Amino acid sequence: MAKTLTQEFVKGLWEEIPPFRLVLGLCPTLAVTKSVENGIGMGIATTFVLVCANTLVSLLRNVIPAKVRIACFIVIIATFVTVVELLMQAFAYPLFLALGIFIPLIVVNCIVLGRSEAFAFKRSVVPSIADGLGIGIGFTLALGSLGAVRELLGSGTILGIDVTGASFEPFAFMLEAPGAFIGLGLMLCVMNFIGKK
Amino acid sequence: MGDYIVLIISCIFINNVILAQYLGACPFLGTTKKMETAVGMAFAVVFVLTMAGMITWVVNTFFLNKFGLQYLRTIAFILVIASLVQFVEMFLKKSIPALYAGLGIFLPLITTNCAVMGVCLININEEYGFIQALVSSIGYASGFGFALVLFAGVRERVVLARVPRPLQDTSIGLITAGILSLTFFAFKGMI
Repeated sequence: MAKTLTQEFVKGLWEEIPPFRLVLGLCPTLAVTKSVENGIGMGIATTFVLVCANTLVSLLRNVIPAKVRIACFIVIIATFVTVVELLMQAFAYPLFLALGIFIPLIVVNCIVLGRSEAFAFKRSVVPSIADGLGIGIGFTLALGSLGAVRELLGSGTILGIDVTGASFEPFAFMLEAPGAFIGLGLMLCVMNFIGKK
Repeated sequence: MGDYIVLIISCIFINNVILAQYLGACPFLGTTKKMETAVGMAFAVVFVLTMAGMITWVVNTFFLNKFGLQYLRTIAFILVIASLVQFVEMFLKKSIPALYAGLGIFLPLITTNCAVMGVCLININEEYGFIQALVSSIGYASGFGFALVLFAGVRERVVLARVPRPLQDTSIGLITAGILSLTFFAFKGMI
C-alpha cells in the first residue's frame, strides 16, 4: 500500500515491463512485431482490454466469489476483447486484417489475466486503472521497439519509410518466426545487461 | 485419404503451432526446463486440443452460425475451452487417478494456452469440415507436443553449458527456440 499512484503507473514502464521483466504474453509479442505499426496497434488494443478489465474486476472484487474468480475474469476479459475486435473491424480494418487471429487471442494473453488476478482483485479502482495503464503502455513500448528492430533489419524501413538506403540488403530472416525468437532473446539479453548495472 | 495425410504433415511440420505460427509460446518456455514436465504438458495438450477442436467446431456450426451470433465467437470459445478443461480435470480425478497425477498440474494452465484457442480459430477461419477440423486439431496438437519434447531435450543440454550472465535462462531459451524454428524452416518446401 506504500506505493503512490505514480509509482503504480511507472513500474509498468521499466521495473515490471512485460514481456521483458514479466515473461508473459509471448505469443502476440513474437507474432505481430513484423513492423512497428502492427506492434503498436496490438499494444494499444491490449492496453484498452487491460484497463477496462482491471477496472471492472476491481469494481466487482467484493461480488465475485473467490472460487470461481478465474472463470469470471475470463468472461470479463472476453467481453472487452470482443468490443476491441468489433471496433477495430469498423475503424482500423487494415490493422484488423494484419493482426488476424491475434486479436481474439488477447483473451488468453496471460498478462491481462495475470494483472486481474495479481492486482485488480485485491486493490481499489484507481490504483487498478493506473496499473493497467502502466503495464499496457509498457507492453506497447516493448512491442514497438521489437517491431522497430525487426522492421529495420528485415525490410530496411521504420514505419514504412526507407531509412537504410538502397545499398542495404534486408535479412528476410528477421521477418520470419526464427527472427522473432532470436530478436526477442537478444533484446532480453540487452535488458538484463542494462538492468544489472 | 491422401488429403488428410497432407493436412496432418503440414500441421505437424510446415505450419508447426509454435515454431511457425507463434502460438503457445508461454508453456513452450515455461514447461521445457525438464523433460518430464514437457512430456506431461504435451500429452495434456494433445488430449484437450483434440476435444476442444471438435466441440468448438460443433458449437460454431450448429449454434453460432445458425443464429447469426458470430460476434460472440471469442466468448463462446473461451467458455467452451475453460469448462472443457475443468470437466476433463474432474473426470480424470475420479476415473483415471494415475493419469490425473501425471497431467494434473498442467491441465489448468491449458485454459490460457493460446495454442488451443488459436487452433480452434484457425479451423473456423479455414472453413474446415468436421473431419478436417478433427484431423487438423490432432495434427497441430502433435506438432506442439513434438516441438515441446524436442526443445526440452535441447534445453537440458543448454543448462550444462556456460552461458554469459545476461543471456541466461529465458534469453538463451528464446535463441535456442529461434534456431529450432530455423531447422523447421527446411520443411517449408516439402509440400
